[in-house]
Amino acid sequence: MKGRIALVLIAAALMVFAGYAALYVAPDEKTMHAIQRIFYFHVPSAICSFVAFFVVFIANFAYLGTRQPKWDWLGVAGAEVGVVCSTIVLITGPIWAHPVWGIWWTWDARLTSTFVMWLLYTAYLLLRGFLDDPQRKAMFSAVFGIFAFLDVPLVYFSNRLWRTQHPQPVILGGSNSGLDPVMGKVLLISFVAVLCITAVLITDRYRLERLRSEFDELRFRAESREAERASKILHAAREARVE
Amino acid sequence: MTTSRAAAILLAKELRLEFRTRELLTTTVIFALVVVVLFSFAFEPTAAESRRYGPGLLWIAFLFAGSLMLNPSFAREQSNETLDALRMAPIAPFAILLGKMLANFVFLAVAEAILVPVFAVLYNVSFSGVAGRLILVLGLGTLGLVITGTVFSAISAHARMRELLLPLLLLPILTPLLIASVEATASLLAEQPELDRTWVAFLAGFDIVFLTASWLMCDYLLEE
Repeated sequence: MKGRIALVLIAAALMVFAGYAALYVAPDEKTMHAIQRIFYFHVPSAICSFVAFFVVFIANFAYLGTRQPKWDWLGVAGAEVGVVCSTIVLITGPIWAHPVWGIWWTWDARLTSTFVMWLLYTAYLLLRGFLDDPQRKAMFSAVFGIFAFLDVPLVYFSNRLWRTQHPQPVILGGSNSGLDPVMGKVLLISFVAVLCITAVLITDRYRLERLRSEFDELRFRAESREAERASKILHAAREARVE
Repeated sequence: MTTSRAAAILLAKELRLEFRTRELLTTTVIFALVVVVLFSFAFEPTAAESRRYGPGLLWIAFLFAGSLMLNPSFAREQSNETLDALRMAPIAPFAILLGKMLANFVFLAVAEAILVPVFAVLYNVSFSGVAGRLILVLGLGTLGLVITGTVFSAISAHARMRELLLPLLLLPILTPLLIASVEATASLLAEQPELDRTWVAFLAGFDIVFLTASWLMCDYLLEE
């Protein structure tokens, strides 16, 4: 519990600091000016959505190997947080693109793959809602999760082969690319802040899922006990009538 | 019994079942035909536009028809709990999945064999001279569709609202397959038709990745 409070406080402090740094410390970009500052939250959210979906993949894999429900809880926690992160990416992206590219959306490789990834993991969450048996839910969603994860690189490469418009990576993007050192530092801070929030959300969601599954089990047990008692009473009443 | 022999027996069973009623095939073909006809009302394409949009239309029709057709694949084993009987048979679980994949491949291939000539006539598109290469593209694309579709049909059979759920699971996964199939088909419809090998290789890769994945995970899919 203490660890959780500490993590929340650290995440909150980092986020405030990152917001300040992105708005006031980072230098103005030469052509895009203020709108470029959305980059400090767009890029970290994108990376964190990948981190969250990777957590889902690990959890799915571990579930199939061990069949321990805790991996299923981690899977759903990661998928929900990942969908939230990629929703942020899909919203901040067009806000930036409209003034810079002059259009809200284009069917470019990265945009399309993020969108398809969002669809895949939303389908993962929907699938869980439609399966009732908890064990089957865990098993089938793990299989689907692995299929979805395998599909992401295929989506990316097929779109890449097809067409691309997104700005090339500025970090490790080869010659002629690069980031102002101050910008780099601000990006690093906001990345750590968003990563902390992602971690807080995943652990909280995990705990919620654990409680929910314990609650379901208790309710199931109580209901079956209730049903047993009712059938006994019914049986006794019937016998009394026969006599 | 070897897996391939068991799969062949199951394929024969699926085909016999289907050709007694022909329910699945008829509905699939008619459904795809409806999509093709609706398209002409929605876009009124000229001959040149048909060449440009035709491959996309054709594959969208196949994908939609496939995602509807694959639904009963596992769901119809449920009414008499025949899947349990299959599971008890002394065969590898992958044989069950493979038999169903092959059967679905045959069904969809038959539907395509009917649909492509109709499409060519209605939209004034000529596939003459490229038939062999077209069959290659159709085969690889259809294979990818039925591999993922059969696996997801096993999943959705146990879910509520399964008819709605299957397309929801399947269509996003198939986006790379759709791009590759459409581009490969379009390369055959160009003025100088030449098969785009990159996309054919991509399709083969897609099939291999997901066939391997379903082979590795079929134990979990068919477990009770």
